[in-house]
Amino acid sequence: MTTRLFGEPVPRREDPRLLTGRGRYLDDLGAGALEAAFVRSPHARARILDIDVSAAIEVEGLVAIYTWEDLPEEVGAPLPLLIPHPALTRGRTARPLARDVVRHVGEPVVMVVARDRYLAEDACALIRVDYEPAEAVVGVEEATRSARLVHDDVPGNVGAHLVQEVPSAAGLGAREAIDAAPHTLSFRLDIERSASMPLEGRGVYARWDADDRSLRIYSSTQTSTSVRMAVAARLGLPLTKVEVIAPDVGGGFGVKIVHPWPEEVLVPWAAMLLGREVKWTEDRREHFVSSAHERAQVQHVRVGFDDAGRVLGLDVTILHDHGAYTPYGIIVPIITATQLPGPYRLGAYRVEFSSVYTNTVQVTPYRGAGRPQAAFCMERTMDRIAAHLGLDRTAVREANFIQPDEFPYDQGLTFQDGRPLIYDSGDYPESLRMLKELIGWDSFGELRARAAAEGRRLGIGLGCYVEGTGVGPYEGGHVQITSDGRVHVSTGLTSQGQGHETAFAQIAAAELGVPLERVSVVTGDTRRFGYAVGTFASRAAVMSGNAIALACRRVREKALRIAADALEADPGDLEIVDGEVRVAGTPGVAVPLATVAVLANPLRYAFDAETARATQFAGTPSPDRPPVAEGEEPGLEGRDYYSPIRSTFASGMHAAIVETDPLTAEIRVLRYAVVHDCGNLVNPMIVEGQIHGGVAQGVGGALYERMVYDEHGQLLNASFMDFLMPYVTEVPRIETAHLRTPSPLNPLGIKGAGEAGVIPVSAVIASAVEDAEGIRIDRMPISPSELFDLRRAAG
Amino acid sequence: MKPPPFEYHAPRSVAEAMEVLAAAGPEGKVLAGGQSLIPLLNMRLVAPGHLVDVNRLTELDTVEAEPGGVRVGALARHARVERSAGAAAAQPLLRQALRLVAHPVIRNRGTVVGSLVHADPAAELPAVLALLGGSVRLARPGAVRDVPAAGFFTGPLESAAEPGELAVSAFFPALGPRCGTAFHEVARRHGDYALAGVAALVSLDDGLRVTAARAVCVSAGPVPVVVDVTGHVAGTSPAVVSGAAVSGAAGTGTSGAGAFADGWAAAARAVAGRVEPEDDIHASAAYRRHLTCVLAERALREAAASAADDVGTRR
Ligand SMILES: Cc1cc2nc3c(=O)[nH]c(=O)nc-3n(C[C@H](O)[C@H](O)[C@H](O)COP(=O)(O)OP(=O)(O)OC[C@H]3O[C@@H](n4cnc5c(N)ncnc54)[C@H](O)[C@@H]3O)c2cc1C
Repeated sequence: MTTRLFGEPVPRREDPRLLTGRGRYLDDLGAGALEAAFVRSPHARARILDIDVSAAIEVEGLVAIYTWEDLPEEVGAPLPLLIPHPALTRGRTARPLARDVVRHVGEPVVMVVARDRYLAEDACALIRVDYEPAEAVVGVEEATRSARLVHDDVPGNVGAHLVQEVPSAAGLGAREAIDAAPHTLSFRLDIERSASMPLEGRGVYARWDADDRSLRIYSSTQTSTSVRMAVAARLGLPLTKVEVIAPDVGGGFGVKIVHPWPEEVLVPWAAMLLGREVKWTEDRREHFVSSAHERAQVQHVRVGFDDAGRVLGLDVTILHDHGAYTPYGIIVPIITATQLPGPYRLGAYRVEFSSVYTNTVQVTPYRGAGRPQAAFCMERTMDRIAAHLGLDRTAVREANFIQPDEFPYDQGLTFQDGRPLIYDSGDYPESLRMLKELIGWDSFGELRARAAAEGRRLGIGLGCYVEGTGVGPYEGGHVQITSDGRVHVSTGLTSQGQGHETAFAQIAAAELGVPLERVSVVTGDTRRFGYAVGTFASRAAVMSGNAIALACRRVREKALRIAADALEADPGDLEIVDGEVRVAGTPGVAVPLATVAVLANPLRYAFDAETARATQFAGTPSPDRPPVAEGEEPGLEGRDYYSPIRSTFASGMHAAIVETDPLTAEIRVLRYAVVHDCGNLVNPMIVEGQIHGGVAQGVGGALYERMVYDEHGQLLNASFMDFLMPYVTEVPRIETAHLRTPSPLNPLGIKGAGEAGVIPVSAVIASAVEDAEGIRIDRMPISPSELFDLRRAAG
Repeated sequence: MKPPPFEYHAPRSVAEAMEVLAAAGPEGKVLAGGQSLIPLLNMRLVAPGHLVDVNRLTELDTVEAEPGGVRVGALARHARVERSAGAAAAQPLLRQALRLVAHPVIRNRGTVVGSLVHADPAAELPAVLALLGGSVRLARPGAVRDVPAAGFFTGPLESAAEPGELAVSAFFPALGPRCGTAFHEVARRHGDYALAGVAALVSLDDGLRVTAARAVCVSAGPVPVVVDVTGHVAGTSPAVVSGAAVSGAAGTGTSGAGAFADGWAAAARAVAGRVEPEDDIHASAAYRRHLTCVLAERALREAAASAADDVGTRR
């Protein structure tokens, strides 16, 4: 690489736009469009008896009201089950509008289109839906015991059941290994529901061009290419007549990878039918009850270990709350099950999960996607072992670490992409050493004693994780240099604020040897790039970053070839610096990339001075050769794809010092330290930003956020007044250190970083609160009121 | 989350506002800072036929020191009152309370009078008005009345302001000599409505002996609960008040020797005994009661310390 842009903390180029209110989010578009609103079920489990719209018809400005009966067959059919799995024997998805039963509060029943959203809501308020409510199924343990069924044809409410078992080296199963171990422990852990909760909710805006018979959809999505395919299929349109654009997206965190949402089908359908632009912007209440949640699991753990704390056998049984539907398959519990071993070499491991239906909002991946639950389980187990043996918590971890010379390390499990779970690189002992130094682990005792002398109560905790990042199947990149010397990069995956415009531009600028300012990046626009998967699973930098690098290398090679002709030099002697191809070591002999772009595209017509240089009488091309040589294409552009054989595994370790108030039981995080390894860093500032955001969400999950359902399946805190996301005042300053073990699997040696920050936080805070209080913490989140209760129970 | 239809009025004078409100009767609702009303409208929990926006009534944007207290006009925002040196000098509890009301951006819009009329039992300002024994001035065409705090808060989100009445100002009595105040609360997040909160007002005589002590709690029942605890601490020894028992380990209830410390603890228990908190998704009633006890002791001790400082300054 010729410039040092790769790896530099370049300020995010999107920030001035996004931070000064110049972003273009979904609701900023389509000012004149009709707007949709939905009547949603107020019951968690009910039969729809009758829908009476007569009063609503009077609302001035009303355009249309649709119930399930109004939908054509393909539109009203159940939504796709996006990721089938052999173990998901009873996968179920919702219809865009409920047919005759509703299975959670918030399920859409009637769609209203009106001149604006106010009028649409007025009409919604006048629609009478008669329900026959039934008792709801809430909570996984209740669901497995209950005679009530979420889906009549799913006995026991279990949609999927999967066991994975890795025997010990000696061939013992986990249960045998545990029975034979010198020490055993068994306990139950519990994690409550939370949700992605992006500040911008979902939204769709569709324009039907009746003359062109084409559809343009804007969606606040994490995957515009797949929305395009799904909607085209549903609406019976040729793929070439549908384009989907993700405008600026105000956060996704997983929830927006689910598609097509009911609204993503219905809004374009209504736009076609009505011949009018239609828009739907989700409001916060809708987001709480009709998008998706995550996290809720109950885990039963049995572990056997030796005197040094080495795990000889681990047996985990998980009840995973899947809510009412499984549109995203069983990705979340699979990730929990397979990422649970973290950085450890376990003697033998058995994991079993049941994915359970309840009458609550469906569960799909939220940043971390099952890993926070996994880390909570594994790290709580490590802390229990340490407590049992009277060992330092870091010593138990050290005793179990996979060692640096053991990579690639095969965990013997099958990962979420159906491929073997093989760690590519890492250095866990070094990570822990760095973490202990960063947080001052070994001197914490003095700090605690000093605080205790002032009547203050401190505790320290830690947590480790390994994260499979950059899952396939592929991403692509397209890079074009135009005759003005500008570099246009596009990739199909979307951006939700991660800084792709900056990071991808850095990669392109570094690969091509051009100034950063000349590079522009477009993401999530199917007009520019049609093949993509999406932005999730910490994959954008790994997947599109490498694809763009590979595409740049093609362009570079072509540029050198053309420039070599023009300069009568050997391509091997050329370099690109500052946007100019030049003969290395011969100053002055150079040709700008702009000119190379002109030369790359022989023209018949001239429309400016630049293009005049490329017309047929301009140069002296050989009359014996075709203007575009065999095997060549016109233009200075390249396209390439990156498709990894398997995921690359990032890792990290966090530690926190917390203070618990002896009187009020308030919990304050005094220090938070992160050691993070995502291989080579494209932009360390962006990586740190991702870590900060992740830790902030983790603090939310550990101390504030929960979805409180009552026994009737009513969500009691469906607003920001009562669903407590941390403010900046609740998020500690985050101290970070980076370790770099480059991935051997991809050209840039990078690993994903998007989800990392959130993964171990609940485990870390639980560890620290337990340390401060001397009271076992086995469910998260924890509030001051709950700590108060625990203290009382402990006497 | 869009409001149902309403007719919007933007009167330019108090007289016009009163006319419009009187005409609207029970269908009318005043829009002040909108920090409580707009969410209620958007969630369609209220559906007034007429919305009377008072934000152009600049004549009500006032914070005035009057003999004996501070009069706050209906358009004075939380932020303005919080920053007013005159108001702080006359009654420091105003600033102590306003710091705890939401966040700066909300304080930039929300009004003190709006908060009183809104009468949220979790809100700080109704508690302050109740503790100080202030009043709210209500007006309709041809009639003005001052309603004392004790009669103003009639239930959760219910006040004595009647349909057609405009609250034009509120009066907060000044802090007397040898008096001190404090406000302590615990919220889930910075700026949230408190899980529990206690404001205290303590008066001393020249000999630093307690002559009166009262506390008020938020989030503790349908309306602010003022508890007179003078009986527990009256006449107790002065020296301890400004000493270590006040700052430092204040509130632990274990330090601070002698009957005096026990007096504050007993007072705090008396306060906690008077509240009727409920279980909700954020905290149990038992925890809230416990917090009220802890916070009452902190607030009372700090108020006493501040009163002692005042005595010290006067000497
Ligand atoms: C996120 C958030 C957090 C908050 N946290 C707190 C907190 O911790 N503590 C706290 O105390 N408050 C809190 N608030 C509420 C805030 O203080 C409001 O500003 C206040 O309760 C109402 O004042 P307002 O001027 O906004 O009134 P509005 O919302 O405009 O009106 C509220 C009610 O009072 C009536 N009203 C207002 N003015 C008059 C008048 N002059 N005459 C007759 N009726 C009138 C209205 O008709 C309406 O019924 C919070 C608000 C938000 C949005």
